[in-house]
Amino acid sequence: MTAPAPGARRSGQRRRRSAGLVLGVAAVLAAVTACGNGGSGTGAESGFQPVQQTGGPLTVWVDSTRLPAAQLYQKQHPATKLNIVTYDGDANGSNYLQTKVSLFNRTRSGWPDVVFSTQNNETSWAVQAGFTAPLNKGQIPDATLSGWAPGANDPCTVDGTLYCLRNDLAQTVLWYNASLMQQWNYQVPKTWEEYQALGQRVATEHPGYLVGTAGDNFTPEIYLWAAKCGANEITGPKAVKVNTTSPACTRMATLLDTLVANRSMSTSSVFSSDFDKNSGDKILMLPGPSWFGGSIFQESLKTPKGQIGVAPMPQWAGETAPSVGNVGGGTWLLSAHSANLKDAADFLTWVTTAPDYQGQVAPGYPANTGAAKAWLAKQTASGYYAGDITGPLQTAAAQVWPGWGYGQFSQEAIWAATVTTGQTAGKTIVSLLPDWQKAITDYAKSNGYEVSQ
Amino acid sequence: MTTATRPSRRRTRWPGRAGHLFVAAYVVLLVAFGVVPTVYAIYFAFTDAGDRFAGVANFVEAATDFRYFSAVGHVALYLLCWLVSLVVFVVGLALVLHRLTSRAAGTALRLFYYIPGALAGAASVLVWLFMLDPSVSPVSFLLRASGFDTFGEVVAPGHLPVLFTMIAFWTGAGGWIVVMYGALNTISPDLLEAARIDGAGTWQTAWRIQIPLLRKWIVYMVILAFAGGTQLFVEPQLLSQASVGVAGRDYSLNQLSYDFAFQNDNVNTAAAISVELLVIGVVVAGVFVARSGFFDAD
Repeated sequence: MTAPAPGARRSGQRRRRSAGLVLGVAAVLAAVTACGNGGSGTGAESGFQPVQQTGGPLTVWVDSTRLPAAQLYQKQHPATKLNIVTYDGDANGSNYLQTKVSLFNRTRSGWPDVVFSTQNNETSWAVQAGFTAPLNKGQIPDATLSGWAPGANDPCTVDGTLYCLRNDLAQTVLWYNASLMQQWNYQVPKTWEEYQALGQRVATEHPGYLVGTAGDNFTPEIYLWAAKCGANEITGPKAVKVNTTSPACTRMATLLDTLVANRSMSTSSVFSSDFDKNSGDKILMLPGPSWFGGSIFQESLKTPKGQIGVAPMPQWAGETAPSVGNVGGGTWLLSAHSANLKDAADFLTWVTTAPDYQGQVAPGYPANTGAAKAWLAKQTASGYYAGDITGPLQTAAAQVWPGWGYGQFSQEAIWAATVTTGQTAGKTIVSLLPDWQKAITDYAKSNGYEVSQ
Repeated sequence: MTTATRPSRRRTRWPGRAGHLFVAAYVVLLVAFGVVPTVYAIYFAFTDAGDRFAGVANFVEAATDFRYFSAVGHVALYLLCWLVSLVVFVVGLALVLHRLTSRAAGTALRLFYYIPGALAGAASVLVWLFMLDPSVSPVSFLLRASGFDTFGEVVAPGHLPVLFTMIAFWTGAGGWIVVMYGALNTISPDLLEAARIDGAGTWQTAWRIQIPLLRKWIVYMVILAFAGGTQLFVEPQLLSQASVGVAGRDYSLNQLSYDFAFQNDNVNTAAAISVELLVIGVVVAGVFVARSGFFDAD
């Protein structure tokens, strides 16, 4: 055996070491790049030019709640072939639709013909990405479009062009337990001052019972929107006015802080398991959107029949113009890439207006006024609610304050990350209003918005 | 003569044929799903939306975003918690496991350690979401005893590095414990017996014999855990969904990159962040490999 020369051994070690380095680098490269990103959208905001209309099946994306709508359409229209795909409906701002459209734009194929989204702000990106087709330029007759509640399609309108149709409204009203109100001899409050006073009475006379909750992500939309707090006024396609410290904001924030402090207002979300467990049967009043009746009281909390009533949202004393907030209400979008616009527009019209679906099956208050009448008649006939629900819901449908817009950034997420976490740490909402302002401003700017106060 | 030369000629034509065949499939996949996407990402990182050369503009845009430095801080803090706990507990548990004299107990524990890792990543995070919600958790008494009555209190921003470390440890450490156990088995019993005869106790044997001999495996674990840790995504993303935005929506750099790509439709800046993560991973791996003599033959 001949020992290798020292130089050769060092050289061998060096080679092994370099090879090791290369291998190590390659391994890390592979591991790190496994999550590489790809794809960006195209910006096609200019005039609409339909693709070649070849007909064929319609691909329809719906969430599980809207699945019966697509199925019913298919049953009633056997000549139109539907390819129904269920997805999360962009619930909780999952951005699923935007993500997929961004990828479809890159691969130049795969777009669905019609999409339902639970988010009202889809046009803020979808128009820019060239995904949505204009609806009021010949796709759907003006006579049909005039059947929507005033302002219902505002979230769908960009520079005067309509790019989606509102499925349902989510106007806020005051839900209350009529049985408890009567039993305790309380009057349903007409003003926010009366509401606060009743909250203070409840805290002392019936501790544990609630007059509302300030722990949801849509707390700003229920209370601060209704109070005309100008936290989210979209003044242009990429411009927003943010002022969270105005008297309108601080007055409502003070009311919330007062009732949270005396525990007549919960800091849990109505969807959390602890709210269901601890407060489900302790609700005296609950300001919230029109869908609270079905989703929260009937389905989630299983409140017995004949107890829940609806009253108009309270107003500040001395105010002449009533205003309410809005929490959700989905939208239907028509793809600009559809090769079967005629059938797609027909589906869109049917699904938003047909009494068979919107009047009988849909869980939320339809945005189309004709369908809304059928829906209200069905709710009244069910006998679930105490008293008249038609008047307050119909009135509130036209009272949504127009000073709150639908930007690309999520107000719910900003509130959750800023105010809710602050509340959990023991701070008051009033003290968090400047943080809220800063967070909205930061997110708006990072989304390309020009921010003014 | 002829019969003697034929095999050697065949070997010369394609030496190491079997080895090449073994790695061929891996190399193809590595190129398709590792190298090509990396080159694509680097191309994006240095170009703009119109495919024009953009210099470092995308890196500047990422760094000037208001979320960037907080995401860097979050990831750094998480890495510190994650790597320290990984090294300490994995090595510690592997040593304890190795000392167990009962063969049945050792086998049972190895299986027990491994099971969480067998759950898919997202599924194990979902298990944790239940565990951390006092109203449904099977260990709610522990959460309440620690002063947490609601899910929101548990997932407060200050708790996130520890929570993500716990989730990552539970899902990823079991496999490493089994690997370290295997590595400990390669240490010659003669060496351990010699140490014992020389008067070394359990602690000294572990500290002076076993841990130094585990060094390469520990380095390997740290390199992979570091690269994985910088890409923190699933845990905060799912927690964010579960807490409806209270926690972790743009907590990590990977989430920020995702937001740039799919919220702002800005893949170029998203790619710039990915390239930064790549460079950090490569540099740290290089430093560890070079300093530890990881690829030196024993």
